[in-house]
Amino acid sequence: MSDQSTAEPVIQLVNLNKWYGDFQALCDVNITINRGERVVVCGPSGSGKSTMIRCINRLEHHQKGEIIVDNIELTDNLKNIEAVRSEVGMVFQSFNLFPHMRVIDNLTLAPMLVRKMPKADAEEIAMQYLERVQIPEQAYKYPGQLSGGQQQRVAIARSLCMQPRIMLFDEPTSALDPEMIKEVLDVMVELADDGMTMIVVTHEMGFAKTVADTMVFMDKGEIVEIASPDVFFTKPKSERTQLFLNQILTH
Amino acid sequence: METKNKTDESIFYSNAFRSVAYQAVLFGLLTLLGWYLYSNVNENLARQGIATGWNFLTTSSGFDIGESVIRYDAGDTYGRALLVGFLNTLRVAVLGIVLATFLGVFMGVARVSSNWLLSTIASWYVEICRNVPVVLHVIFWGTVIHLLPAPKQAIIPFEGAFIMNRGVVMPFPVANDAYVWVGVALLVGIIGVVVLNKWAQRKRERTGEYIPTLWKGLGVLIAPPLLVWLAFGAPLVWDVPSLQGFNFKGGLQFSPELIALLVGITFYTGAFIAEIVRSGIQSVASGQIEAARALGLRPGFIMRYVTMPQALRVIVPPTTSQYLSLTKNSSLGVLIGYPDLVNIGNTTLNQTGQSVEAIAVMMMVYLSISIVISICMNIYNRVAAIKER
Repeated sequence: MSDQSTAEPVIQLVNLNKWYGDFQALCDVNITINRGERVVVCGPSGSGKSTMIRCINRLEHHQKGEIIVDNIELTDNLKNIEAVRSEVGMVFQSFNLFPHMRVIDNLTLAPMLVRKMPKADAEEIAMQYLERVQIPEQAYKYPGQLSGGQQQRVAIARSLCMQPRIMLFDEPTSALDPEMIKEVLDVMVELADDGMTMIVVTHEMGFAKTVADTMVFMDKGEIVEIASPDVFFTKPKSERTQLFLNQILTH
Repeated sequence: METKNKTDESIFYSNAFRSVAYQAVLFGLLTLLGWYLYSNVNENLARQGIATGWNFLTTSSGFDIGESVIRYDAGDTYGRALLVGFLNTLRVAVLGIVLATFLGVFMGVARVSSNWLLSTIASWYVEICRNVPVVLHVIFWGTVIHLLPAPKQAIIPFEGAFIMNRGVVMPFPVANDAYVWVGVALLVGIIGVVVLNKWAQRKRERTGEYIPTLWKGLGVLIAPPLLVWLAFGAPLVWDVPSLQGFNFKGGLQFSPELIALLVGITFYTGAFIAEIVRSGIQSVASGQIEAARALGLRPGFIMRYVTMPQALRVIVPPTTSQYLSLTKNSSLGVLIGYPDLVNIGNTTLNQTGQSVEAIAVMMMVYLSISIVISICMNIYNRVAAIKER
């Protein structure tokens, strides 16, 4: 779906390498992601999918290679890290809502402290996004009072309140009960339709087929294959991709 | 039902009856035990010809006390002597709690810091101080102080202050009527700081502008007392300690016993509080901090709005226990001659033979202090505790 003629790269990973001690978690990762592109990353556990997207907002720091987000290179420079983090939203597998704050306070915290937004404005925006994820009536509850699916939707709304240009999703539905997965995926599909640049680590292949512009398959810290969904699901080039797809698509 | 056994209806199978019955039996046994102890003590006291009663509290004690917060001499009553002991206990406990809290919070935060030097120093401190009995701490510092130079060769950290084997003395302003008003003005300053913080928060919520209140607050705090002091013509006469004979007279004096006891129990309790603070901070799930970082919050904000509120609920209850044990450990002053309540209580007991009464007084006092600390900390916990549902 991506229109190559207006391609404007927003994320570039160049020869990215990362080690945890002796263990090499990422091995010469190269990928360029354009504005508005929806990328779904899959692969067996321990393949470096999460590590890669966590490098993009520097929750993990890399040892070798370059990461350029929105023309800002991620280095030790704290100003750059701050600038990138306020542009990049992230949704985690385990929601990570702040349990001691009401939903509305979870949503207004960062806009008020980072964007220096007045409380009234921050709350107005928060309510808009809560309506978008369809739970405005939960605004004054604590996260512990919500279901898993509702919590994850709050977490998405919390990221959106910072009005990011890129969203990272790290297995957003893996901790959810089956009947709640759909409500979260629906929100993500809607977000994709609005043109958000998204990188999603997930095993939801149905979601990938409907939403992704690009499929990325990773194994053992390497990117094995980058392809459009049609090619990826019907005639993958790599044997490893083939094997992985057979394992997860047979059920 | 037909098949039901008859005994099922018996009162002995009723849960309500059983719980009442058990409690009645327990109450009866306790009463018996209490009566036995009471009559036994009475009998033994009568056999030894000791009259029980509280009359000794109003008779002259005849002994001197090394240091006292209030005026006291040997002609005063046992009651007043015990009051002196109580105030000395309170003084060392309050100072100890404040100092141990600062030390413990600093060391606890240092231990989880990414600064290698700081965290190593903090772990050494914790491991050494936590694993040495508190008795040794107190005796150690008592010994260290007595190894300091004599008054004539005292260490002088700044003009007018002296550190020596007789303790620490330093200059202190001579009392002046104006100081009462300076104190009132300081109170006004404290209220001013509270108002300023509220105002800054309101303003931030309204406009989004973050107003740092540290320096402004300091100004608001200091200005009123300073102005009042100047208005009274800036009265300031220092009572500078001076060497007269073998001892220093005047100024603010800390006895070697107070310092040894204070440092000993502070270092010991500080190590425990450091561990409590560390475990509290580490109990906050790492995902919480990652989420805050991903939102672009700075480390200071993360600590204040995300980590600390969640850590406090783990930190406060065990810290209360540490405050209580520090207060009770202050009774170790008896080892190095600090005239705390136990020290004076023992002397009273020895001189009067009123052992039951003297011990009862001491127990009641510690019990009361502990209850007050517990109540205060519970109130704080209720205010600071966070709601989750």
